This record gives sequence, C-alpha cells and structure tokens, in this order.
Amino acid sequence: MAEMKDGCVKPARGPMMPKPSVDVPKEGSQVKEVERMHAQVGKEAPDFEANAFISGVGFKPVKLSDYKGKWIVICFYPGDFTFV
Amino acid sequence: MSTDSRFVHKIWQEEELSKMVDGGVPFPMLSDAGGMIGEVYGVYDAAAGVDIRGRFIIDPDFVIRAMEVLTPEVGRNPKELIRQVKAFQHVKETGEVTPSGWEPGDVTLKPGPALVGKVWEIWKP
Repeated sequence: MAEMKDGCVKPARGPMMPKPSVDVPKEGSQVKEVERMHAQVGKEAPDFEANAFISGVGFKPVKLSDYKGKWIVICFYPGDFTFV
Repeated sequence: MSTDSRFVHKIWQEEELSKMVDGGVPFPMLSDAGGMIGEVYGVYDAAAGVDIRGRFIIDPDFVIRAMEVLTPEVGRNPKELIRQVKAFQHVKETGEVTPSGWEPGDVTLKPGPALVGKVWEIWKP
C-alpha cells in the first residue's frame, strides 16, 4: 500500500463563503450590505472544509457539505486529551 | 472539532479514546487550527485560542436546527443530544410538534387554532 503523502503544513479552506450575488446595487445607494456569515438556527449551515483524522481511514480533508442529505452533528471542544 | 492539528487527533484517538471506546471514536476528528470555523459558528475564544463547547444539529436540508454553547467547565449530555435529534426527525417526518421532554412514543401536538387552551387536556407530563 502506498504511503499517504501528507506534509507538516496543509492548508484547508476553512469557512467557505457563498458565491457573491451578482445583484448590482441600486442607483444612488451608498451603503453596500456586507453579509456576514454566521451560524443561526433555522438558517443554512455555514459550509467549511477542515483537515481531519478519521479512524481506519487516515488523514483527509472533510467538507461539511459532503454530508448534505444526512443528519449532522458538529461538536466543538477546547482541546484533545480533555473531556468533551 | 478543536483547534488541535489532525496529528494530535490521531494520537489522542490511538493513545486514549480507543481505550475508552471499542474501535475508537468512529467520527471524523476535524482540525480548526486558527479558529476560523469556530469564529463563524460563534464558539471561538480568541483570548484562549480555542473553540469552546459548541454543539450543532444540522438537518438533511443543511439547515441548523439546534445549537448549544457552554463555557468549558461543564461537559455535555449526549442523551439530550440524541433526544433532540430524534425529536427533530419526528417533526420532519410527521409535521407534528413535540412538547418539552418528549421521547419517542410520547404524545405529540398538532399546532392549530383547535389546540389553543387545550394543551392541558392532551399533554400530561
């Protein structure tokens, strides 16, 4: 089996902004609304890609939207080797 | 997901978690180095440089249904997480709503004008 290539530094895409809308601001409109991406109940989950370790698989980048169509639980915790 | 690297995740899995859970934790262990994902989800503590305890349930349509965020001193209750997932699944399948503490098999409610003032007749916790 070929050794998996994985260097010390491997950038993942992190939060992935939705494609900017092509709406042209109305004439005379001074304020351009900047939509800030954040998690909110009842709203679409902000997508992201992160480097991951998966037991039995190894190192692999994981994108949240790869799991679209399933029930997903994301669990954040302060650090490995502590309780969660 | 934590701000630890994927390498630290591997060692934690192999050295500790696999001794607590047969075969190790079966879920992907994600690295949020830099906290950018935690920032978007409202759980990144920039002063400490870590993601605090945040838990999110996302449905198959990619909509966030629930979130729970705790400061780090108190651990979570997986039973309550599973209860909430089951309740959201039931709601999605049936269109009914589930009163507090609902467990599968318990009475559900059908929201509408007929229910107003009648919850006490149907739901007896």
